[in-house]
Amino acid sequence: MTGEKIIQTIAAFIHQILGAAGLSGIIFIIDPVLCAVAMFGFISLFVMFLVWMERKVSAHMQSRIGPNRVGIFGLLQTVADAVKLTIKEDVKPIHRDVIPYTIAPILAFVATFAGMVVIPFDKGIVVQDLNIGLLYIIAITSFTVIAILSAGWSSNNKFALLGGFRSAAQIVSYEVPLVLSLVPIIMTTGTLRLGGIVDYQAGHRWFIFSQQAIAFFIFITAATAEANRAPFDIPEAESELIGGFHTEYSGVKFAMFFLGEYIAVIVSSAVAVTVFLGGWLPLPFLGFLHLPGFVWFMAKLVFVIYLIMAFRWTFPRLRVDQLMDFGWKVLIPIAILNVLATGFVILLLEGGV
Amino acid sequence: MTDLLLSQIKGGNESQFGTDEYVVNLGPQHPATHGVLRLVVKMDGETVKETIPVLGYLHRSIEKICENRTYPQCITYTDRVDYVSAMSVNLAFALATERLMGLEPPPRAQWLRMVFVELQRIASHLLWMGAFAGDIGALTPFLYGLRERERILDLFEMTCGQRLTYNYIRIGGVMIDILPEFVPKCRAFLDYFEPKIAEYEELLTYNPIFLERTRGVGLISPEMGINNGVCGPSLRGSGVACDVRKQQPYLYYDQVKFTECLEPGGDCWSRYRVRMREIRESVSLVRQCLDRLEPGPIETKLPPILKAPPASEIYSRIESSRGEMGIYLVGDGTAKPYKAKFRCASFSNTYVLDQLTRGWKLADIMAVLGSLDMIVPEVDR
Repeated sequence: MTGEKIIQTIAAFIHQILGAAGLSGIIFIIDPVLCAVAMFGFISLFVMFLVWMERKVSAHMQSRIGPNRVGIFGLLQTVADAVKLTIKEDVKPIHRDVIPYTIAPILAFVATFAGMVVIPFDKGIVVQDLNIGLLYIIAITSFTVIAILSAGWSSNNKFALLGGFRSAAQIVSYEVPLVLSLVPIIMTTGTLRLGGIVDYQAGHRWFIFSQQAIAFFIFITAATAEANRAPFDIPEAESELIGGFHTEYSGVKFAMFFLGEYIAVIVSSAVAVTVFLGGWLPLPFLGFLHLPGFVWFMAKLVFVIYLIMAFRWTFPRLRVDQLMDFGWKVLIPIAILNVLATGFVILLLEGGV
Repeated sequence: MTDLLLSQIKGGNESQFGTDEYVVNLGPQHPATHGVLRLVVKMDGETVKETIPVLGYLHRSIEKICENRTYPQCITYTDRVDYVSAMSVNLAFALATERLMGLEPPPRAQWLRMVFVELQRIASHLLWMGAFAGDIGALTPFLYGLRERERILDLFEMTCGQRLTYNYIRIGGVMIDILPEFVPKCRAFLDYFEPKIAEYEELLTYNPIFLERTRGVGLISPEMGINNGVCGPSLRGSGVACDVRKQQPYLYYDQVKFTECLEPGGDCWSRYRVRMREIRESVSLVRQCLDRLEPGPIETKLPPILKAPPASEIYSRIESSRGEMGIYLVGDGTAKPYKAKFRCASFSNTYVLDQLTRGWKLADIMAVLGSLDMIVPEVDR
């Protein structure tokens, strides 16, 4: 039984119950709400796992043990931390700009979370397989810059302000190579639908194994920068700006930023997996295992996230001007050249010249 | 509209959209300033216009306290001057007092002092490496450095029972003889430690981002360094020979073989290289000292009350982990120093911070401050 069928069965079952209760009129409301709840539950659990994983990975890289007190292998450590953050006093600066200060963490969380909508976890397991999925993700995740900027501005703190401005400059600059690295894929597959891109890879090689490997590296680098992760974590550079834009946030609001950052990592890794690593397709030489596509997807996702974590714990942080230089003078030219080269190859193959 | 643009071009800061300098207080509580150093930084956007170190948050008037204590009692206070390299300060004060009173400790005590001071130098440089890397955003080397430093502290603890403030090097010798198993354990540590240095270097030295952040940053020219009283590894990073162990050998530094580590660059990266090379030199120094250890007394016989000759003074200097550590003592025939002055490397090294960071970015302050290896209690005393 494939994942798609399970989902369809569950949906049919719910629709049946609703129909029996005479509520079939509100199915169009119930469906998205259920999807959102399911997605939120899944994401929350996955983020908790990732925080635990990050601690274990960093501990391993630093020859430490890491959390091992709460639960088996310290698995419940993140739960304990989440509880601590929720019941903590919400300390607010007096001279804050109230509205943006309150909205910013929500926006940071929602903007990244909304990106999960179009991620296909398996064939058919997707909240909404938009035909402009890739464009949608790029557009919606850029909203974080507004959240971070308003957080930095409204905190009325110089460190937060600097962090906000750094972040704005960084995200805007790295948006360009991020999009440019995806353009060759769109040119090759001819679709913006994420499911369609995976389907294309089923018939051909995965893009990571083709000349688009370079695009993969550009994408991962730019995505790391987009998610404000080290070595591009200058907006929250601890040794310079204390906490950067979230210096003045505590308790639940801080947890929202924290969650937002991890979801951003998940979303960009999920896009990387879908676009470059064949999404739910099995590894070419392990196809005989007949594991569900969902398992393959998650395995690849965790692998890509591990890569991003490994970067964080090995590299120093770039300086703000070096970061801009790297984005504009290295990544963007390579990405543009890649677009041109891909176009050229497509022309040659199709004999259009 | 044209008027507005014109006023902007002409007026600079007075125009409607003019920019303004602003002041950021880094510290006294800030994750990057080691301890309670406060930096008042005038900035224009990300660019630093002026850095003013504000000192005194950790001032405990140790020098004044020393004037009210007998000479042996002072040793305990010297531990607190530089808690990362307490052995060096112990040694500096003990040497100054011995020179003031014309005492000569037995050879075993001198060799033991050298062993411990060099081990302390390794420990201090390891902590520095971690903190420096942490300042520029790499968090992992800190744990690596501390892992090996822990082994050194274990050796210290085995000998004198303390891990941070040892009070081990005393006037006329050392506190207590080493245990029989110290020498094999110390050798085992050195054998274990040497490959680890290569590990740190693999992680950091030629890391492209590390190079980007440290090369050409915080340039100290030899003249500038000398004029501003920069000393120790920070000055040797500019290619100036200034090692007190070579220039004015104390203990038995004239009987052991070691090279003075010089790097011509003058930037943060050169200072990093100097310290990494010094760690290797110290390893070889500890080995040589262990070879030369012979059984014997560890203390000279001191009079019951230690009194300095009347109207005597001494300025004695050693090479501590951070640079030249000088102790100036004036004796007046009583059991207490009439005047005590500590010349600490961190204090004079911090002085150049402003000149090094003007016109650079905020993040460079952290890199430069880290590379100068300053310890706040040593600045404030």
